[in-house]
Amino acid sequence: MVEALISSPQQVRLQGRLGAIAFTFATSWPGVSSAALEKGELVLRATRDQLLPIMVFLRDDPQCRFEQLMDVCGVDYPSRAERFDVVYNLLSVTHNQRIRVIVTTNEAAPVASVSGLWACASWWERECFDLFGVQFSGHPDLRRILTDDGFEGYPLRKDFPLTGYEEVRYDVQLRQVVKEPVSLTQDFRDFDFVSPWEGMMTLPGDEKAHEVRQHIKRSRG
Amino acid sequence: MMDADKKTLLNEADNILRTDIPETLLPANQVETLERKTLEIDSHALNFGPQHPSAHGVLRLVLEMEGELVARTVPHIGLLHRGTEKLIEYKTYQKALPYFDRLDYVSPMCEEQAFALATEKLLGIEAPERARWLRVMFAEITRILNHILNITALGLDCGAVTPALWGYEEREKLLEFYEAASGARFHANYFRPGGVARDIPAGLEDKIGAWAKEFPAWIDELEGLLTANRIWKQRTVGIGVFSSEQALSWGFSGPCLRASGVPWDLRRTQPYDNYHKVEFNVPVARHGDCYDRYLVRVAEMRESVTIIEQCLSQIRPGAVKVQDPKFSPPPRAEMKRSMEALIHHFKLYSEGYHVPPGATYTAVESPKGEFGVYLVADGSNRPYRCKIRPTGFAHLQALDEMSRRSMLADMVAVLGSLDLVFGEIDR
Repeated sequence: MVEALISSPQQVRLQGRLGAIAFTFATSWPGVSSAALEKGELVLRATRDQLLPIMVFLRDDPQCRFEQLMDVCGVDYPSRAERFDVVYNLLSVTHNQRIRVIVTTNEAAPVASVSGLWACASWWERECFDLFGVQFSGHPDLRRILTDDGFEGYPLRKDFPLTGYEEVRYDVQLRQVVKEPVSLTQDFRDFDFVSPWEGMMTLPGDEKAHEVRQHIKRSRG
Repeated sequence: MMDADKKTLLNEADNILRTDIPETLLPANQVETLERKTLEIDSHALNFGPQHPSAHGVLRLVLEMEGELVARTVPHIGLLHRGTEKLIEYKTYQKALPYFDRLDYVSPMCEEQAFALATEKLLGIEAPERARWLRVMFAEITRILNHILNITALGLDCGAVTPALWGYEEREKLLEFYEAASGARFHANYFRPGGVARDIPAGLEDKIGAWAKEFPAWIDELEGLLTANRIWKQRTVGIGVFSSEQALSWGFSGPCLRASGVPWDLRRTQPYDNYHKVEFNVPVARHGDCYDRYLVRVAEMRESVTIIEQCLSQIRPGAVKVQDPKFSPPPRAEMKRSMEALIHHFKLYSEGYHVPPGATYTAVESPKGEFGVYLVADGSNRPYRCKIRPTGFAHLQALDEMSRRSMLADMVAVLGSLDLVFGEIDR
């Protein structure tokens, strides 16, 4: 499908135009760390402090005209110094093109809110705050949106367990909803599916023989 | 209390009592002394939902009312939040797919399509021709399913009961096609990365063809009930008006955007699967009110029928999934003979396939609008991050602006015309 669509003349033109935008950004914008086509999609990585001017340019420049903010989401990489990616997916209905703007941040450093540029950004940023704990500065109403009342923690962070910490049930005696620590009737099963015959060199239970074979450990004697 | 105070109190009570007597019944000298008071009704908050039948699920609205006018709407969502995105991070790509049926449970197959296309893009595989035709056909069946429910539910909200009764009968016919193809009426799990789950049974194409011939007559009957109906027009024309600038700024898509005068349809502008091989019109309306959103949906149903007919005339026998055992399971008969096939089957359903690192934002035109999946793969057999872009999330957000200074009863019409499903919004 990818090849079939890229080969059509319309798609070739689109790829050329996206490439031109990528070139403009990569060469003449100080706050842009990279701008390139990845799998046919224009991706722009920017520094956090330059986000607003870039977004204003993307919305208002006649070559860009990204009138619509389709989505804002977070991605968590706990091993990085700035662990969160905040990803903005923009759409231009005038030029029929999309762009993805990515900035990085951590738990404390706020990202400038774009809710002044696109009205719909308000809820998307609330959602990102709710699920990841990313702070947005200049947001009119930064509250939790999807999680329960009184929820603690940021569920989509990678260090938040899938089962969560609290479970909620209706107590018949008390006639109210009560919160309790999660108790699992069976341990959470997270299988390691890496194939023993493709991904692993050492078979389970065969560690000693493997070390000898690989001359990591000299056999005694 | 002093006597004088008591006297004034009694007088005041007297005055209040006397105001209840109509002026015409009072003697003239008393009318002159009558005290006139202006009463100010202060604004109050009204809870709408979460169990209101017109809330289309589990929406809770806190409405700040000024008399019967809505001054401000504060939607509270998340009552159906199930943590789908988190769950998907712990499942293989194949096991993640059924979650998409459960997002927008009114148009399940279109949601699957977004995830299947995103995974295919990252894997660099391409569904075979027949599978793409089947996907287009069932996506359009899904669109009709969705629009029937939306239009008739909107009718129900505005007091028209009959369309809903008629609509369920038509939906039942379409759900039988669903069941014949996938084995399930709603949670189909039919579109898979690399094709569709299995080929449609013999004879189903004829049945769909026969239905497609009859269905436009049903749309005429539906329109006969609503389109020119005086009460229907009073309830919807000029209600919930949204300009094209507002619609763009609030991230609208699909019929809601087209009703505001923006000719934008992803099936036309960014075609996926076989949409570039079918011809259809994109209905656009100008006023952006509830009536236009209804008209656009009705016109879209007619276009969907022509697309289904084109699919039926162009579909040819052939493979329905990628012929690569690393991505699609081998036929059951082969598993009885071939060790290789058995191993592939076992590995596919335990470990699944590994998707090379990369990220993609893939969007499809679901019946409600743009449904997108932002999929990040890290080279393992599970998605690193799967962000779902629900359509109704953006639409619901604009409800405050859309229904400001409208009557409480119109609120229900606006809500119904936005086509909200909370499985999708709350995820």
